[in-house]
Amino acid sequence: MSALEKSPEAAGGTPLMTLGGVSQVFDTKAGPIRAVDNIDLSINPGEVLCLVGESGSGKTTAARMAAGLARPTSGQVAFDGTDIWSLKRNDFTTFRRSVQYVHQDPYASLNPTRTIQQTITAPLFKHGVVKSKKEAAERAAELLTKVDLTPPENYLSKYPHQLSGGQRQRVAVARALTLDPKLIIADESTSMLDVSIRISVLAMLGRLRDDLGVGFLFITHDLAIAKYFGWRGKTAVMYLGRIVEFGPTPKIINAPTHPYTRALIDAIPEPDPDLTKTKGRESLRSLEIPSLAHLPSGCSFHPRCPQFEDGLCDGAIPELTTIRSGQSAACHVVARDGVPGVGEGGHPDGPGA
Amino acid sequence: MTTTSASDRATRGGQGKPLLSIRDFKVEYRTGSGTTVQAVRGVDLDLFPGESLALVGESGCGKTTFGLGLLRLLPRLGHASGQVTFNRGDGTEIDVLGLDGRDLRQFRWRDAAMVFQGAMNAFNPVLKIRAHMHDTMRAHTKASKQEIEDRAGELLRLVRLEPSRVMDSYPHELSGGMRQRVLIAMSLLLEPEVLILDEPTTALDILTQRSVVDVLHEVRERLGFSMIFISHDLSLAAELADRVATMYAGRIIETGGVRDMFYKPRHPYTLGLIKAVPPIVGDLPDMESIPGGPPSLASLPKGCTFSPRCKFATDECKEADPPLIPITDEPGDAHEAACIHWKDVHLERRVQDEMGTAS
Repeated sequence: MSALEKSPEAAGGTPLMTLGGVSQVFDTKAGPIRAVDNIDLSINPGEVLCLVGESGSGKTTAARMAAGLARPTSGQVAFDGTDIWSLKRNDFTTFRRSVQYVHQDPYASLNPTRTIQQTITAPLFKHGVVKSKKEAAERAAELLTKVDLTPPENYLSKYPHQLSGGQRQRVAVARALTLDPKLIIADESTSMLDVSIRISVLAMLGRLRDDLGVGFLFITHDLAIAKYFGWRGKTAVMYLGRIVEFGPTPKIINAPTHPYTRALIDAIPEPDPDLTKTKGRESLRSLEIPSLAHLPSGCSFHPRCPQFEDGLCDGAIPELTTIRSGQSAACHVVARDGVPGVGEGGHPDGPGA
Repeated sequence: MTTTSASDRATRGGQGKPLLSIRDFKVEYRTGSGTTVQAVRGVDLDLFPGESLALVGESGCGKTTFGLGLLRLLPRLGHASGQVTFNRGDGTEIDVLGLDGRDLRQFRWRDAAMVFQGAMNAFNPVLKIRAHMHDTMRAHTKASKQEIEDRAGELLRLVRLEPSRVMDSYPHELSGGMRQRVLIAMSLLLEPEVLILDEPTTALDILTQRSVVDVLHEVRERLGFSMIFISHDLSLAAELADRVATMYAGRIIETGGVRDMFYKPRHPYTLGLIKAVPPIVGDLPDMESIPGGPPSLASLPKGCTFSPRCKFATDECKEADPPLIPITDEPGDAHEAACIHWKDVHLERRVQDEMGTAS
């Protein structure tokens, strides 16, 4: 419920972070690669925005720009209403403290030669948040408790190799929390964990979101995970560097409008034998994913899209247009005809629904 | 320990003679100075003709070791024991663990083939796909060049690939999904009766995974082989399996028909796995995680190996590791769980509506 009170409509103020017309172009021998092409996103305080897509869709590049780790080729990344690349040095440091990144691989993201305490207290010293070693140790213990590593004394003096994958990822989250961030960017943060452990880490992140009001940019290729973590938030679906559909997560999952989102959702096997065998599936026209260096004309999904119309889809690049309240898609056919087979607000009955 | 129910299962569960009959199968790894770790600890399993069996479990539970052990592909420090009997169609029975030299080579690929997880590592990077196909066929048959070309082309078309394009490619020139499909085609070159697939779609994108799954459905329908596929992905098991076996700490702790396993799991671990995976369509069900982590195989907990993480556990659970017990209160399919509390284990799911309140 707390998340509802903190919902953007209730909060009213400016978004925490906005990406306005942001692009990232890499120059390679094969020519320019538009990894992210003119995307708009915004995240409100305490809100979850899931960014989903297959590998190479530009999710991580978008996240790196949001975190200020990469400078966009064009467009603006704004935090609390200010362009982060126009910030003065001190203000940029404040921005860095407010936005923290949790990486995918907890085996690679923790320094193997540092104890957990050293890992967690390093940012505290670096940013001068604590005065003494004692204070730092207390703060570290407090943070470990927050991520369910209890009792903290058991973990503080350990090295990463002594912990399991799930525990390491919790340490990575504790480190991200050291400077009281307003936004956490979680890039595939649970995809390397076993299923039984994944949910507990996600539940812990959910508690941070609700209790501390931290906003999340949550990146995943797994729509089931986006559904679980972002149910009360929004989801943006990316394909080859562009956002093809955006809306409240339950709508994206249960009433997708863009042919690509629909193909993705249909393609996923369900953990339910009857459901997965009866799920309707439309076949794609091609299995080949176009190269970013040679994008198809018009809508980049058109060579694979079952709804393809000659002359329409391979002409202009479709803009994100509102299809129904709060939900938009970048598709010429859907923008013209609406969504076949799905009524306004309707969503198919799920298992045990 | 579990052999009592195994013969029972054969009569209750399958049609006719099992194709592959596995009894008290164990795999040990030597880990230096005279110590060993048991990665597979006594598995009894029957695979019937035409059946698709999913072996599910988390990393480190012994799934891959089990698959490698079956085909005698273990690294030198691994040792398999027990009884594995393969019934050839002509009535001859083969003792797989006793095979040697030429007989072993005959068994592999002709009787049972394996599709490995990392499709890139399964190929020789400096050989074209054509060379892979020819090498395989020449090692096992006396087929002529033209016969090999025809056979390879036929199978590649079956997995929806264009032979003229694929045969002259090097592995790195193909996409991940194409490589995986080439691997499936190659594994079927000699018409094996059993196909073992180790995480066949892990690390593939969703739409690519779908194409591989569809191909598997199709070729199985056409060629009618049996398959054991090893996966951590329960959804894939729901999609591809007739029967599911859950593995935990080197043992099978529950096995049954796919519907029984997903709708009426009777081992707390299977129940936990199902509750940890959200379905895609529909509202959000309540999710639960399994506390703790899998035990180290070098120091297993006393009694039931799952008991330290289990909310049903009682003192009795810590006394002995329970054998697979037939689930008696449901008719039909052979469903067994290694849990003394199976009568108390029931799957219930509540869902949340869009406002996030439980209903």
